[in-house]
Amino acid sequence: MIIMLAILVGVLYAAGIYMLLRRSIVKILLGLLFLGHAANLLIFTVGKLTKGKPAFVPEGGELVEPFADPLPQALILTAIVIGFGVQAFAIVLFKRAYQTVNSDDIDKLNSTDSLERG
Amino acid sequence: MDLLLLLPVLLPFAGGIVLLILKNHQKSQLYGNAVVSLFSLIVAVGLFSAIYDKGIYSVQLGGWEAPFGITFVADLLGSVMVLITAIIGFTTSIYSLASVDDERVKYGYYPLIQFLLMGINGAFLTGDIFNLYVWFEVMLISSFVLLSLGGTREQLEGAIKYVTLNLLSSAFFLAAIGIIYGLAGTLNMADLAVKFSAIENEGMVTVVAMLLFIAFGIKSAVFPLFFWLPASYHTPPAAVSAIFAGLLTKVGVYALFRVFTLLFTSNTEYTHTILLFVAGFTMLSGVLGAAAQNDFRRILSFHIISQIGYMIMGLALYSPLAIAGGIFYIIHHIIVKTNLFFISGYVNKIKGSYELKKVGGLYKVYPWLGFLFLIPAMSLAGIPPLSGFWAKFTVAKAGLELESFMIVGVSLLVGLLTLFSMTKIWNEAFWTDSPKDAPEDVKPGVFTKISMLTPVIILVVITITIGLYAEPFFNFSVRAADQLLNSGEYINTVLGGGS
Repeated sequence: MIIMLAILVGVLYAAGIYMLLRRSIVKILLGLLFLGHAANLLIFTVGKLTKGKPAFVPEGGELVEPFADPLPQALILTAIVIGFGVQAFAIVLFKRAYQTVNSDDIDKLNSTDSLERG
Repeated sequence: MDLLLLLPVLLPFAGGIVLLILKNHQKSQLYGNAVVSLFSLIVAVGLFSAIYDKGIYSVQLGGWEAPFGITFVADLLGSVMVLITAIIGFTTSIYSLASVDDERVKYGYYPLIQFLLMGINGAFLTGDIFNLYVWFEVMLISSFVLLSLGGTREQLEGAIKYVTLNLLSSAFFLAAIGIIYGLAGTLNMADLAVKFSAIENEGMVTVVAMLLFIAFGIKSAVFPLFFWLPASYHTPPAAVSAIFAGLLTKVGVYALFRVFTLLFTSNTEYTHTILLFVAGFTMLSGVLGAAAQNDFRRILSFHIISQIGYMIMGLALYSPLAIAGGIFYIIHHIIVKTNLFFISGYVNKIKGSYELKKVGGLYKVYPWLGFLFLIPAMSLAGIPPLSGFWAKFTVAKAGLELESFMIVGVSLLVGLLTLFSMTKIWNEAFWTDSPKDAPEDVKPGVFTKISMLTPVIILVVITITIGLYAEPFFNFSVRAADQLLNSGEYINTVLGGGS
């Protein structure tokens, strides 16, 4: 299971970075989404998977080793919520930029980098 | 005391919410924000003096003892950063009174400023690395909105670059946190410092160090990760670029100082050598980039990058004097850089442009403005006896003591080139005649003058004070550096469950 997740994380990183290098702003957006998911899954995987064991034991219950670690899940939950908010903002921003510039080509967005202001 | 440590975060949070509720009431937005910022300043002074007298202090939140709960901790470096943030927040709120348009105020400019300050203060005070990530995101999302608020083509283009690269850095940061947790099973920074020294898998620790270096490096705009900065910082209104220029990149630098003095100290041969190379290239590329520019704020933006190089150089040399120089540099730089952006905004108010070719003859009409510009500009270039001189002197002296002659040579050359850029602005904007086709100067009203020049004067006075009366500031930096390098006190305070 860990190996499969590790490969999936790798694929997501590769896809994310490949997408970030594309010229279309939609693809850049997808790249950012992939990278976010890759990081979340990475935390999940590195936090050690424990199959079929509860993370929480009811009060007075017996603590059986190995028990699952709830912290990575909590971290991912926080990261997902934050990522969701930030990505929603990014989508709106990219749409506004598309409407203003009237192009989805990142090479057309160069007026802030050129010496003569366009 | 517990409350005092949390107030730098709680106060902007409460202030931001109240300002959001009073969204449609313009006057209360303007002055409410100034009042909240003033209170933040008072709190920050209180916190700083308490930490200065009594040493490191920590609070455990949520009823869990460290390392399980979220820790808030203030040491000298953290508390001085909070103090400077409060000074910049306060001056920016005065500056914004006249310089930010009603439309932006209507769409929540002031609450965003408060949330931004909350994120920055949180980042300076947290003792938990995942919590640091959360504060970074709070700061980033506010800065995203502040940067794109207004929706002109330039702003949106700048914002796309800024957002994309900063989200990328967040993804790296998150990945590093995941690996840290896998390695050490804890996220509390003091606890990590203890656990890391016992980890056998040193290669993995170095991997994490480099991942964090890339994440914070993007945020602090070091070579070769700085491209978002000059593409975006000149697009929003002057007040926004001033607060960004002063504080945001320095949060990244602070995070670098924190992790590379507390966590990654076992393999300094490798990590700090990389930092040193990066510092040199950052200085050079920033200053050379600036030399090619003709826009007031773009020149200043590139200079942020070159100045970041000096701070990283202080960290990379990793001797007590060098770290002290780096801290001194951060203090000096935030004040001076914010001030220069304030002045560029005032010049824009008069002349209607940031383009140096369209500006000129300011010295003839406004000689005092020239004086106000000259002080921070010369301080940035490192002319004695201003604050930048002592900052550069300390860092360079530390380099000479360690016989790193290359980097000292680079830093001195960059200082010279900085002077070149500053004289360029001085010549083009202040000394040459105004171009013939330039529009009439706009004479700012009394209110505009008070609102936009008071912050400039405050910051100029601070710059001169640091310059002429450098000893207490220097002694403080040495103490702060000592605290960073001997992390025992920090670790004991946090893990001992409060002081």
